[in-house]
Amino acid sequence: MKFLEDFFNKTRPHFQKGGKFERWYPAFEALETFAFTPPLTTHDGVHVRDSIDLKRTMFTVIVAMIPTLLFGMWNVGYQHYQAYGMEMSHLDYFMFGFWKVLPIIVVSYAAGLGVEFLFSVLRGHSVSEGYLVSGLLIPLTMPVTVPLWMVALGAIFCTLIGKEIFGGTGMNFMNPALLARAFLFFAFPAYMSGDIWTDLSPEAGHAIVDGYSGATNLVTFDENFRNLPSPADMFWGFEQGSIGETSVAACLIGALILVGTGVGSWRIMLSCVLGALFMGYLFNLLAPASMPNHAMHTPGYYHLLMGSFAFGTVYMATDPVSAAHTEKGKWFYGFFIGALTVILRVFNPAYPEAVMLSILLMNVFAPVIDHLVVEQHIKSRLKKSKLSRA
Amino acid sequence: MGKTINIRRGYDIRLVGEAKKVLREAPVSDLFAVKPADFPAIIPKLLVQPGDEVLAGQALFYDKDRPNVRFPSPVSGEVAEIVRGEKRRILQVRILPDREVRYAEFPKADLGRLDRATVIQQLLDSGCWQYLRQRPFSIIADPVDVPKAIFVSGFDSAPLAPDWGFALASERENLQAGLRMLNILANGNLHVGIREQGGGLSEADLGDAVPSANVHRFCGPHPAGNVGIQIHHIDPIQPGEKVWTVNVQDAVIIGRLFREGRFRADRVLALTGSCIRQPGYVHVRTGQRMSDVLGDQLNSDHCRIIQGNVLTGKTSSADDFVSFYTNQITVIPEGDKPEFLGWLLPGFHKLSLSRTYFSWLWPKRKYNLDTNTHGEERAFVMSGEYEKVLPMNILPTYLLKAILARDVERMEQLGIYEVAEEDFALCEFVCTSKIPVQRILAEGLEYMRKEG
Repeated sequence: MKFLEDFFNKTRPHFQKGGKFERWYPAFEALETFAFTPPLTTHDGVHVRDSIDLKRTMFTVIVAMIPTLLFGMWNVGYQHYQAYGMEMSHLDYFMFGFWKVLPIIVVSYAAGLGVEFLFSVLRGHSVSEGYLVSGLLIPLTMPVTVPLWMVALGAIFCTLIGKEIFGGTGMNFMNPALLARAFLFFAFPAYMSGDIWTDLSPEAGHAIVDGYSGATNLVTFDENFRNLPSPADMFWGFEQGSIGETSVAACLIGALILVGTGVGSWRIMLSCVLGALFMGYLFNLLAPASMPNHAMHTPGYYHLLMGSFAFGTVYMATDPVSAAHTEKGKWFYGFFIGALTVILRVFNPAYPEAVMLSILLMNVFAPVIDHLVVEQHIKSRLKKSKLSRA
Repeated sequence: MGKTINIRRGYDIRLVGEAKKVLREAPVSDLFAVKPADFPAIIPKLLVQPGDEVLAGQALFYDKDRPNVRFPSPVSGEVAEIVRGEKRRILQVRILPDREVRYAEFPKADLGRLDRATVIQQLLDSGCWQYLRQRPFSIIADPVDVPKAIFVSGFDSAPLAPDWGFALASERENLQAGLRMLNILANGNLHVGIREQGGGLSEADLGDAVPSANVHRFCGPHPAGNVGIQIHHIDPIQPGEKVWTVNVQDAVIIGRLFREGRFRADRVLALTGSCIRQPGYVHVRTGQRMSDVLGDQLNSDHCRIIQGNVLTGKTSSADDFVSFYTNQITVIPEGDKPEFLGWLLPGFHKLSLSRTYFSWLWPKRKYNLDTNTHGEERAFVMSGEYEKVLPMNILPTYLLKAILARDVERMEQLGIYEVAEEDFALCEFVCTSKIPVQRILAEGLEYMRKEG
């Protein structure tokens, strides 16, 4: 890679102080550090550093998302051909989805990174790696039929309102990708709910089968939970929904990668699950016996399999910036996400996307949780010191 | 003997270049120097000028705020030069040594009969007082204080650290004498932490110098050997309290002072790191030229010479001089080379506490780490990283944020009086965002010292 190194070395002076493109230095730096780990050395403090940095962290999250992405691509094709009643090979399913999903990803990255670079040049700060993850999270939370301009709009909103107005990655208080999705969800409900989950581009010589219904399992759930797909189908993800959300199995692989590498917080994931189970089973106990079809009767564990609970828990709730920062706080933060999700699902049929709203709400409350944990920590320290003096 | 204290959180960075148990003698240098910057938070005022003859143990300068705290010459000879930096700051007092060291003589003590005031006076007279450190703030202790207790860590758990059991094997009597003096200073509240298994001082080394109820056993990874961590687990510092700490090797020098009546500042250093040909122990004199200590041991000219360990040591060079508190010299390669797509590769040879690189498949491997930062500085993003390597009841991120906000009350509440930079060094090592944790903490400690 000598030639690339030479290239950067040769062009660097133009971007440095006094150079022709001085203002563009952050953009240049972003590209250079993308290609080469910078030759920076420690100067004060520790002389050696752990090999991990934010680029590697974000890259690991991307790797963890790949299972959901691959499955999502396959499922897009599968759902499409199902709707037309066509039996195709797995490769056909996958390739159909691949060509549908790829443009969404490309547009998401292009629009988001564009804003990111623009801001770095305007504000003179270095380009942060945060968007590498957000850029893939946004497509995975979209229906496959989403218009590309909406993806671009979402990506721009995500970077601009989700992060940059607060000062960039690490300063935001809500999950940017989720914020973008919420924005699109409320701004363009026609594109984000209803009969949009399957790509129904025409297939010559085939018509949509009679039994086809465009409902996701959450919509079904609102009508009557007894009509839900089997738990196995919901677990593996052979159902309609956003590109990346359907397969709980794929999310579990991602969770393993995140927890195994230490990048994602197992506390948050576990407490989300516990919160949902607790609330789900509590409702089972309290459910009115006279209404056997009331949503409160839904078996508690169904909530883990339905909708985007798994996706949200694994990839969205664990965002270290917008989650609770204290280890104790993470337990409460996750538990409330899980519990709130179930409450919203059962009692508020207007917004089946309860996970998204619960996580955003808890993002807002995470600093409060942390504050309480810190106060409690200070109190316990004070108590100890009084004890030892007595 | 107290019960064993098990330190669970922490991490041992496994590096190549561990010191073999052989002791070499460093040749005596033809130039010595004492550097005021080695001593924390003092303003040096000179007592000598070029051309003066000094004895070993004679004061070269004193602290402006506390004139009885003085800093001695480690050798006898002629003051050759005062090296000054910007704003005439004193950088070095250079001394041309005599061939035979002549010592300033102090009373040889009958160790059993000394009282506290006499011990303090002799430490002040001989310039050995600077070996006593105070927490909070990790600064030189104040002779007028009566500390709650004095703490000595009997082992060093830092990467490639010297094994005191070996390095001080021939100094057992001086060590015990030094500890006895400290016990007098502490009014019987001297606490020593030793490692439960292997490495560091043993109970036999301590003899009866320390009351056995005050010998505490520790086990677990670094920073278990940091005296700050040990204090936290033995008897935490409360607001308003002061404790003192002394390094083991410095306790030996104090012991010599009282047994021999001389300030004899010989030290045994561990010469370690992957850039050293034969890592081992070297017997040196404080203030000696580094090049004489290193000899022909460097196997590369593109390396960083550190006085201390890789976590808390200070960058040094062959032209530098051995500092007063140095116990170890580490030499590692400089890491100023770019790496193509370094963040993307599997990284079988990249050490990380996270498992984002595949090096975790070989947990026993030793690493040849260089000084590369492996990434650029970013805002705080990850949470829960610092907690894994800080075995204290302290919320590190919140403390650092309180420091950045200069929020005095918050810093107090979050326990700034209990910590020193070295205790947070591992936090800095593991930090994904490459935040200068120790620098922030040092700023916070200085701010609190000046505010308080």
